[in-house]
Amino acid sequence: MSEVLLSAKGLRLAFGGVKAADGIDLDVRHGEFLAIIGPNGAGKTTFINMTTGYLRPQAGRIEFDGKPILGLSPRAIVRRGIGRSFQLPQLFSEHTVLENAALAIAARRGIWSPLTPLLRPRWRDEAMDLLDRFGLRAVAESRADALNEGARKLADIAMAVALEPSLLLMDEPTSGVAAAEKMVIVETLVRVLRSTGVTAVFVEHDMDVVARFADRVAVWSQGRIAALGPPGEVLADPKVRREVIGIAADA
Amino acid sequence: MKRESLLAALGTLALVACAWAVPWLKFILTIALAKGIAVLGILLLLRAGQVSFGHSMFLALGAYTVAFLAPMESEAVLLLPAAALVAAGFGLVIGLFLVRYRDIFFGMLNLAFAMVLYSLLEKLYSLTKGTDGIRVAALSFAGTEPERGTQEWIVFGIALGLAILFGLLVRFYLASPMGRALAGIKTRETRLEFMGVPARRVLLFAYVLSALMGGVGGALIAMTTRHVTPQIAYWTSSGELVFIAILGGAGSALGPFLGSVAFELVRVYAAAAVAEAWQMILGAVLLLVILFAPGGVWGLLSRRWRA
Repeated sequence: MSEVLLSAKGLRLAFGGVKAADGIDLDVRHGEFLAIIGPNGAGKTTFINMTTGYLRPQAGRIEFDGKPILGLSPRAIVRRGIGRSFQLPQLFSEHTVLENAALAIAARRGIWSPLTPLLRPRWRDEAMDLLDRFGLRAVAESRADALNEGARKLADIAMAVALEPSLLLMDEPTSGVAAAEKMVIVETLVRVLRSTGVTAVFVEHDMDVVARFADRVAVWSQGRIAALGPPGEVLADPKVRREVIGIAADA
Repeated sequence: MKRESLLAALGTLALVACAWAVPWLKFILTIALAKGIAVLGILLLLRAGQVSFGHSMFLALGAYTVAFLAPMESEAVLLLPAAALVAAGFGLVIGLFLVRYRDIFFGMLNLAFAMVLYSLLEKLYSLTKGTDGIRVAALSFAGTEPERGTQEWIVFGIALGLAILFGLLVRFYLASPMGRALAGIKTRETRLEFMGVPARRVLLFAYVLSALMGGVGGALIAMTTRHVTPQIAYWTSSGELVFIAILGGAGSALGPFLGSVAFELVRVYAAAAVAEAWQMILGAVLLLVILFAPGGVWGLLSRRWRA
């Protein structure tokens, strides 16, 4: 097995005059947690959208597990083993949290049974177990639109994890979450993800979260990767601190 | 769920009792059940957040299938599945195109197909006898040709049986992974795609099922009225189905039948009471439902239970 799980080479994509990807080269290694940081509009979400088939780059190539995935639909890419969560959680708002989880399990196991219930005992147990791991058992019977933002974020990621991806891309998993909740959420996430052995790429603005949980950090700036390396090294770089994190170099 | 089953059982008994006590109501109630089956199809699409403004095309396909085939094959037990298959087949063909669209485009494209069918039924006189319509030939039921009164009871019984069958089918379907994914199209279609679920295929299945139920409804109407005209495919007929869906409520498989029985009874009694203004009365009823009971008759009943 190659050490590299996802390989992006020379990705370019512009929206009008704005270069959202201007020659992105990035290898994601098996089992690592890679954080993507950078200012708004730097192209972080665009990278996730290109990798998951939502956007098609104008140039470049993306390989997953050694096979090209460019041009495949989001559905086909999910089936190859790339899952994603969203900056704005994409839950089925009229369903309960349990149904959301069970539907994600059904999506993996096969939904084409029109007469057997979604919440059949085996899938209900599996969904409950999933929610348990994410600390969501207490809200299992609540409608998804009644959850607070932290629980919505976790449920969104739980649905992606239910698909058993080998690579999980998370777009700002802690944005909009109260500061006090943030670390709890990330610790829950890291515990679950480490236990599944999934490789994770996450876009993040909170440098404490990045410093604590990422194995490597990629710094995005104007559609390019300005720096890449271990958090201790990258976050200490005066240029990164000044231009990306917004802290004076001597602070 | 127990209350829903109880209501269904009581409703069934009430329909049979009404048909027995007031014989002329049997005709009205059979039509109401037939339309209720067709409206179950509208309910499925509403669950996906889509409205079909042309669903009467499937009623027409079912009804004309019976009218065309009856002279060659009079057996109702064969004509019903034939009508269902023709409607479902047509639903599959146009559905492959329609499920690419959403919201107003979905609704209006359905209307467009229905109006094309209406025009064909009206203009192809040599085949369809135009606006004169086709008289449905004598039917047989399991090899027998009963006299008229018995035949009305048989068609009423078949309509009631099929209403229960399709009501249960829709109920199971909506609770299944496919049904829950269908409801997911309304709120988060993107998420479905990112779960590897083909939303269009999910909607197509529901569309074909709704077409099939429309065909069955149309076949029952043809067997009841014994005369089929292009009016059944006209846009007002489709509007009537959406009207019934709103009146009954989309919260339960019982809604379409509550709506269709209420609709037919209001229409009959309003027409008898004020012949010139029955449409105004129906319009006022719809306004009141939208303003004060957005969940329809079913919503009113279930709210009462919860209180």
